[in-house]
Amino acid sequence: MGGDPSRGLHRFAVMTAIACFVLVVAGALVTSNDAGLSVPDWPLSHGSLLPNMVGGIFYEHSHRLIAATVGLLTIVLAFWLQKSEPRSWIRRIGWLALGMVVAQGVLGGIAVLFFLPTSVSVAHACLGQIFFCLLVTLAYLTSPSGQGDYSLLHRSRARPGLDRQTKMASLTVLVIFVQLMLGAILRHTGTVGGSKGATLVTSALLAHLFWALVVGGFVVATAFAVLGRPGAASSNRLGYLMVFLFGLQLLLGLGAYWARVVHLQQAQLLLSGVVITTCHVAVGALLLAGSLILSLSLAQQTESGDALLDLHESKGFSS
Amino acid sequence: MQSKMFSLVALGSFLFLTVSCGGGDKAAEAPPAGEPAEKKVEGKTPDLSQAGSITGKVSFEGVPPKNARIRMDADPVCIKQHSDKVYSDAVIVNENGTLSNVFVWIKTGLEQYTFPTPSEQATLDQKSCLYTPHVIGVQVKQEIKILNSDPTTHNIHPLPKNNREWNQSQRALGNPLIKSFPRSEVMIPVKCNVHPWMKSYVGVVDHPYFMVTGAEGTFELKDVPPGDYVIEAWHEKFGATEQKVTVGASESKEVSFSIKS
Repeated sequence: MGGDPSRGLHRFAVMTAIACFVLVVAGALVTSNDAGLSVPDWPLSHGSLLPNMVGGIFYEHSHRLIAATVGLLTIVLAFWLQKSEPRSWIRRIGWLALGMVVAQGVLGGIAVLFFLPTSVSVAHACLGQIFFCLLVTLAYLTSPSGQGDYSLLHRSRARPGLDRQTKMASLTVLVIFVQLMLGAILRHTGTVGGSKGATLVTSALLAHLFWALVVGGFVVATAFAVLGRPGAASSNRLGYLMVFLFGLQLLLGLGAYWARVVHLQQAQLLLSGVVITTCHVAVGALLLAGSLILSLSLAQQTESGDALLDLHESKGFSS
Repeated sequence: MQSKMFSLVALGSFLFLTVSCGGGDKAAEAPPAGEPAEKKVEGKTPDLSQAGSITGKVSFEGVPPKNARIRMDADPVCIKQHSDKVYSDAVIVNENGTLSNVFVWIKTGLEQYTFPTPSEQATLDQKSCLYTPHVIGVQVKQEIKILNSDPTTHNIHPLPKNNREWNQSQRALGNPLIKSFPRSEVMIPVKCNVHPWMKSYVGVVDHPYFMVTGAEGTFELKDVPPGDYVIEAWHEKFGATEQKVTVGASESKEVSFSIKS
C-alpha cells in the first residue's frame, strides 16, 4: 500500500464498512430464505469448513464466510488505527469494533445452537447494525472530511455543546436505530403463522408502522434543518438522500408486508419476497449510515463554523 | 477440545443474554436436557376382552384449495428427481371426496389407562426432497427411523412446543437417525431448512388409538376399551375438529368428520 498511509487507512476502513454492508445483506438473505437453521452446527458447517452449498446452506454458510472475512478486516483495521491514527478516541472505536465483531460471531453461533431464540436473533440483528455504524464512523473519521475537531461532543461550560441541527441529526440516528430494532423484532417474531395462517397485524407490526411515521418526521425535519445551513452542500445532498431513502424504504416496507401475506399461501418464500425483504433491511442500514454520516459531519461543522465536508472536498487529503 | 471451548463460551454468553433479556424464548421454555418423559399417574391396562372399535371417514366439502407449486431451484439434485411440476401435498382431496393426511386420534377418555411403548419403529423418509409420509403418528417414546433416500444433504428440524427442539443434519444417503419424543404433542411440525418447502407433521400421543387417513380417507381405531371419548381429526390447513362418541362393550361405532374449505 503505497502513498499516504492515512489515505490507505481510510480506503481500508471504507472497504471494511462496505464488506460489513454486504454482511448485513447476507444476513438478511439468511432470514428471508428461512435458512438460519439449515446448518445445525457451529462453528463448523455440517461438520466441515466447506459444505455442499445447496439450498439454505448456501445462504447460511456464505453469511459465515463473509462474517469471517469482515472479522479479519476488522482485526487489521484495529491494528492499523492503533499504529497510524493520532486520535486516541478513534483508536478506541477500532478496538470496540473488534470486540463487537467477536461478540457478534458468538451471538450468531448461539442463535444457531439454540434454534434461533427470538431474543438472541433480535440481539444479533441489532448488534450487526451497531457494528456497521462503528465501521461507518471509522470510515468517515479517517476521511478528509472527518479530520475536524469533535471536542463539542463533550459539553462543558466553555463549550455550549452541539447546535439544534446537529442534535436533531443525532436524534434521527437514534430514532432510525429504534425502527431497525422494531423491524428485527417483527421479522423474528411477528410473522409466525398458525395452521390457517396467522394475521400479520401484531403489536410489533403496529409499533413498526407507528415508528415509521416518527422516522419520517425526523428525517424530513433534519433534511430541512440542514438546508438552512450556509455552505454545506454535501450535508444538503445527504439530507436529500435520506429523504429519498426513507421514501424508498416505505415502499419496500409495503412490499415486505405484501410478500409475507402472499407467503402464507405458498409452499415456500417467493423470490420476489426474498428480494423485497432483503432490500428493506439493506436500505434501512443505508438510511442509518446516511444519518450517522450527516450527524458526524454536522458535529464538526458546528465547532468550526465552516462546512468541513465541503472544505475538504476541494482539498487533497492531509492528516 | 476446541469445539468444547466454543460450546462453553456460547453457553455462558447465552445464559448471560437470557438473564439480561428476561428470557421468554423458545430454548428457555423447552424442558431441560435429560428430563424424564411426562409423568402420568400409573393407570391400569385396558381389558381388551370387551374392546370395541371406532371407524369412520373424513369427508371434504367445498372447493379444494389449489396447492402451491414447489420450486426446487435451490438444489439441482432435487430438480433432477422430478420430471413434472411439483405441488405441495398440504391438501389432498381423494377421488371419493375424502381427505388424506388427517390425523385422527382419541383426545380424551383414556386417562385411566397406561399403554406399553411399541417396539416397532415408525418411518419418516426424505425422498425426492419431500417428506414421506407427509403426516405420521407415533406413541410417546416410540422410535422414529428417519431416512435420507436423497443424494443431497438434509437437516431435520422438529418444532415442538411440549418436547425438546432439535436440529440435525443428515448426509446424502446417510445412516438413519433414530429419534423419539418423550411427551405427547399433537402436532409437531418438522421442517428442512436446507429445502424450505419440505414440511411434515408428527402426532405424538400416549396411547395406540390414532391413525392418519390415506387414499380412502378412512380410519379405524381397533381394540378400544368401552368408554366415553372425544375423537379429534386434525389437518394442517383446516385445523382440528372434535366429536364425542361412547363405545360400549364389544361395540363398533362409526364417527365421520366433515371438513369444509
